[in-house]
Amino acid sequence: MANANGQGRAKWRGQLRDTAVGLVVPVLVIALWQAVAMLGWVNPQVLPSPLAVLEKWIAYLLPQQPYDAAAGMSWLAWAVSGELITDAIGSLYRVLAGFVIGAGLALPMGLAMGAQPRVYAWLNPLVQLLRPIPPIAYIPLSILWFGLGNPPAIFLIALGAFFPVLMNTIAGVRQVDGIYLRAARNLGASGGTLFLRVILPAAVPYILSGVRIGIGTAFIVVIVSEMIAVNNGLGFRILEAREYFWSDKIIAGMISIGLIGLAIDVGMNKLNNYLLRWHRGLEN
Amino acid sequence: MSASHIVVDHASKVFQSGGREVVALKDIALEIPQGQFVCLLGPSGCGKSTLLNAIAGFAPPSSGQILVDGAAVTAPGPERGMVFQEYALFPWMTVAENIAFGLQIKGLPKAQIAQVVDKLLAMLSLSDFRARYPKDLSGGMRQRVAIARVLALDSPIMLMDEPFGALDALTRRNLQDELLRLWAELKKTIIFVTHSIEEAIYLADRIVVMTYRPGTVKRDLMVALPRGRDPAALEFNALKRELGQLVMEEQQRHHSDELRMAAVD
Repeated sequence: MANANGQGRAKWRGQLRDTAVGLVVPVLVIALWQAVAMLGWVNPQVLPSPLAVLEKWIAYLLPQQPYDAAAGMSWLAWAVSGELITDAIGSLYRVLAGFVIGAGLALPMGLAMGAQPRVYAWLNPLVQLLRPIPPIAYIPLSILWFGLGNPPAIFLIALGAFFPVLMNTIAGVRQVDGIYLRAARNLGASGGTLFLRVILPAAVPYILSGVRIGIGTAFIVVIVSEMIAVNNGLGFRILEAREYFWSDKIIAGMISIGLIGLAIDVGMNKLNNYLLRWHRGLEN
Repeated sequence: MSASHIVVDHASKVFQSGGREVVALKDIALEIPQGQFVCLLGPSGCGKSTLLNAIAGFAPPSSGQILVDGAAVTAPGPERGMVFQEYALFPWMTVAENIAFGLQIKGLPKAQIAQVVDKLLAMLSLSDFRARYPKDLSGGMRQRVAIARVLALDSPIMLMDEPFGALDALTRRNLQDELLRLWAELKKTIIFVTHSIEEAIYLADRIVVMTYRPGTVKRDLMVALPRGRDPAALEFNALKRELGQLVMEEQQRHHSDELRMAAVD
């Protein structure tokens, strides 16, 4: 027990040290940036100081109106009424909707293409032709087809998420180790059971890495699509700030995008570790 | 002839390898009665695994046939459970789930599955590991799970493809003893592929020595030593020397074949 405690403390201290080491470079970069701004080497319109950006970021985060109970608004609704939070929710909604549609179509299609050589032979040429076209190239068509607002954005995001999930699902199903199939058939499995209980779980590591790439692509596409077709969201906000030369707000918006991207990645990592707790590669 | 449990009826197997035709098995004829422990012995490339795969139904013979209780084998099935050298446990299932898998496919009721799984976990000293995943087990433990998974099917025949080949010597002896105990208790027919002469003598009622390409039966002999065999005993070693001679001849042919093929390339 005492030993386990000691180990826990040592591990905690190790993590603390890693965190401290990881902070050194960012702190230095920010210090240098602040120094450059304070010495007046660059026009603050071109590169505002980190303190100015932080100030703007806080203003962006906080509600725009003071709390007024008489207006009939709940405190919680008021607390999240800040522009940043509204923007973040708008962007995340689009990512989620687009990703669910894109991955939701890619997964069954990838499973069918991976498991059935005939389906693969039919669909693969088209897939290979469409796959290299970046979602951004669909912007004009998406506006023609879906007008402005959320629909074209969600279409582009779905497209961005579709191909990574599709390609990885196909690869995952095709690369299932033959020994598992032999063992399962020996134990009497066939057809649907073989597919659902052996092929699908064996493909999960590949599928999850496709999901991860797909979410990353969706996040890139949402920012771009908000710059052209929507009037809220993080992408819209930094483009709007450019119109007014609010460079501090541009950077505050960019930092918000970075933080949300990081949070999504951490969340995906946790999900990955949970779903793949059986996987050999994750031993530690 | 129909009295035998497993009949290998003049089975041959030819396959293509790099444009060459390889005769892996040539006219193998064997009759194995119920409850016999048979070891197929020979150097790599002698077709012993090919023969086992044919009996399992994974790769049917090119000519001839395999009969089990009079019926021709055409596909793999749970009445011929197989233990692989690579364990082949499903890594996404826990120990208990791996053992239960075949029973779930059979469609047994849950309560009965739980009962069988508990019994097997106890029988193979795995009870403390039931909720572990295969990656957390040692090789010896994994092979215990693979054996339990096949025993769960309650099949009369157990096929084993160099099951202990990847284990260290102590674990290997330990599992050999365990297997003999289970065999005596459950009265299975076991066909066990190995290239270890000592393992074959330690385990088998009967040893079938195979030749290197084409795979034929070189010697088919009964092991007359009483059970509880001592690998240090004089008779054990006499048999070991005799079989060693036979296997070495085939190993030499394998080696010169490799040299010849290297020269062609």
